[in-house]
Amino acid sequence: MIEPQAAPAAEPATGQALVEAENLKVHFPITSGLFQRTVGAVRAVDDITFDIRKGETLGLVGESGCGKSTTGRALIRLRELTDGVVRFDGVDLTTLKRDQLRKMRRRMQIIFQDPYSSLNPRMTVGSIISEPIETHNLASGRGKLERVKELLALVGLNPNYTNRYPHEFSGGQRQRIGVARSLAVEPEFIVCDEPISALDVSIQAQVLNLLVELREQFGLTYLFIAHDLSVVRHISDRIGVMYLGKVVELGPPAAIYETPAHPYTRALLSAVPIPDPRAERRRKRVILTGDVPSPANPPSGCRFHTRCWLYERLGRPENCRTDDPELRIVQPDHRAACHYAEDAMQSDVGVAHIGAEPIKRKAFGAGPGAHKPVADDSVPATLVTGVAPDEGTGGGTGGSGTGGAAPPE
Amino acid sequence: MTATDDDRRVDPGSPAVAELPDTEKLPEAVSLETEEGRRLAAQLADEKARHARKLLEVRDLSTQFFTKDGVVHAVDRVSFELDYGETLGLVGESGCGKSVTALSLTRLVPDPPGKITSGEVIFDGVDIMKLSSEEMRLLRGKRIGFIFQDPMTSLNPTLTIGFQIAESARLHLGLSNRAANDRAVELLSKVGIPRARDRMGDYPHQFSGGMRQRVMIAIALACDPMLLLADEPTTALDVTIQAQILELIRSLSDEFGTAVILITHDLGIAAGMCHRVNVMYAGQIVETGVVDDLFENPRMPYAWGLLDSLPRLDEERGSRLRTIEGMPPDLIHVGDDCRFAPRCPYSRDICLEDEPQLTEREGPDHLARCWGTEPGRAWIE
Repeated sequence: MIEPQAAPAAEPATGQALVEAENLKVHFPITSGLFQRTVGAVRAVDDITFDIRKGETLGLVGESGCGKSTTGRALIRLRELTDGVVRFDGVDLTTLKRDQLRKMRRRMQIIFQDPYSSLNPRMTVGSIISEPIETHNLASGRGKLERVKELLALVGLNPNYTNRYPHEFSGGQRQRIGVARSLAVEPEFIVCDEPISALDVSIQAQVLNLLVELREQFGLTYLFIAHDLSVVRHISDRIGVMYLGKVVELGPPAAIYETPAHPYTRALLSAVPIPDPRAERRRKRVILTGDVPSPANPPSGCRFHTRCWLYERLGRPENCRTDDPELRIVQPDHRAACHYAEDAMQSDVGVAHIGAEPIKRKAFGAGPGAHKPVADDSVPATLVTGVAPDEGTGGGTGGSGTGGAAPPE
Repeated sequence: MTATDDDRRVDPGSPAVAELPDTEKLPEAVSLETEEGRRLAAQLADEKARHARKLLEVRDLSTQFFTKDGVVHAVDRVSFELDYGETLGLVGESGCGKSVTALSLTRLVPDPPGKITSGEVIFDGVDIMKLSSEEMRLLRGKRIGFIFQDPMTSLNPTLTIGFQIAESARLHLGLSNRAANDRAVELLSKVGIPRARDRMGDYPHQFSGGMRQRVMIAIALACDPMLLLADEPTTALDVTIQAQILELIRSLSDEFGTAVILITHDLGIAAGMCHRVNVMYAGQIVETGVVDDLFENPRMPYAWGLLDSLPRLDEERGSRLRTIEGMPPDLIHVGDDCRFAPRCPYSRDICLEDEPQLTEREGPDHLARCWGTEPGRAWIE
């Protein structure tokens, strides 16, 4: 099928950045009065710098309004930057013209949170998935139809569903359609914007497994945005924690979850419910008081100091109120933006449950008597679930290299 | 500023109010000669009778919705009990009937299309199915408090929050305007709203999501209810705010001895908050047990699969999560089979032919609805 875009001179080694954000800022103006005068700005993303390495999954967590979705969109220029640079495979996206940007967009895609509003209800699944193929002239006629069927099978849906409409599918299946659409142009980089947050618990695991399988099959690079820390830990190679438009901590999962160096990360970890009653009782909880301040008027100095438990514990040091801490290295490959990161790391807040004996259960679906469940007759025909993801992906093997979805044969 | 330590959690299985009044000691403490003594004795006897029974007994409760596509069996012969002061989790995915169960308990099911078609609900010794609608209204306001998922739609946007809190205290406790207002201020500060007196005149939109949920809790607690029905109280909130609200519900229920039915899809919340958990699937309770026992040794494959499909913070990172394939059945075409059988990796012929009942398993109050773990028949390890 389509060859990858002009490959760089030398095949990049793992560890090289595919996406780089430098001093990224996205501000939304606040206007007022008759003439819509700008009176201020919501600093949704305020001067953040990070990169995403080739083949890596970077998780981005934070509470609503922290700027994680805006960051994801800015990286693929779905939002215009107020300031800063975004480079994709070395190319500065901010300077690209419309046409050039469109070509570039083939290499980066997005999966949205809400599988109900992100699919056009008047379009068939076939036309939803083939639209990007047409836009980029990747296939036409029979070839296009074949490709759509192949993509449906790839995401674990029945390939014959091309003429159905989104309302005939459940939430999990719609999210699979969204995944198929994003894969249609054989991208290298996918922004997954809370892709499983709107789904039911038992369906979340199905979609999460699908994303992991596709990543392995096609060597995809993900930016995985979520508010659920356990999900992010499961899928990510590195994790960024955001608070009020800033990245406050960045590092591999082991560092973030076992030796968190930012008091906010520790507070977040201590707030996540663990489905283990014993671990829940053992935990050392820090309950943050108050709400997240407004990004239109963030606190001075460290933005977290108004809610910070460590700030209180250390006797309210002055530099927390006056100096904005830099995202600095605290351990190899682990950065945190806190003046007192070393003190934070000494605490056992948020990690008290680690090391203790977790609740043990026999594995579900294993052991004697287990078999593959039979098809469900009680579900109406339109809602019969697709084949299990691992069966579906069986057809599309061989897709190695930079994002080449190989045909089934 | 911060509250660390959560060691004050009660031991699950022994609810906070398990300390029964001891009438044996009565003759020494008070004399039955005096009126005061007789009153106290009567009060203690009443207390004791109360604790001998349950706060809530639900038997064979069924609620159906009559739609043009057919009859939806939203809640199907649900039975459970709740002790005074106990926190019970009602856990399941969307559409499993957990919210309709809560609405049915208080006869708030929209009719039409919904209808409670069978069952008994005994609340504090009173069969609420037999109450007149006026009696029911009084019971709801005074004895049962509600917290819903979305505080914005359950608060009246045109009334001040002070009025909304004081209203139920005035109506149900018969307080004067001034006393009701004082009570509202007291409740507002109790739920952690700073400068409570100043904020009495504010409207719901002037509060953030977490603060609005606190206001909801203040309204729910205005009349010192015996039961708090919390339907996904933190689903719309961020995780740090969720922790605040859960902590608030926990400490208030300890302080007032209020029983809580906590409806949630989040097994982590159930693990941290509840003494016992009912797992619901397709309109039925499929497993119930004390939280530790249920989480460690689930005896119904749906509950088991649900627990195992979660990525956990305290486990090794794995590459693949265990999943439950397929999705829940629609509740119009229900037959005489196990409703989970089509998705169950352990199902056998009997599961499709005959409906399992909720029967006892090992462990305290542990019941499950599964042929595969049914004593004497079990084939699931």
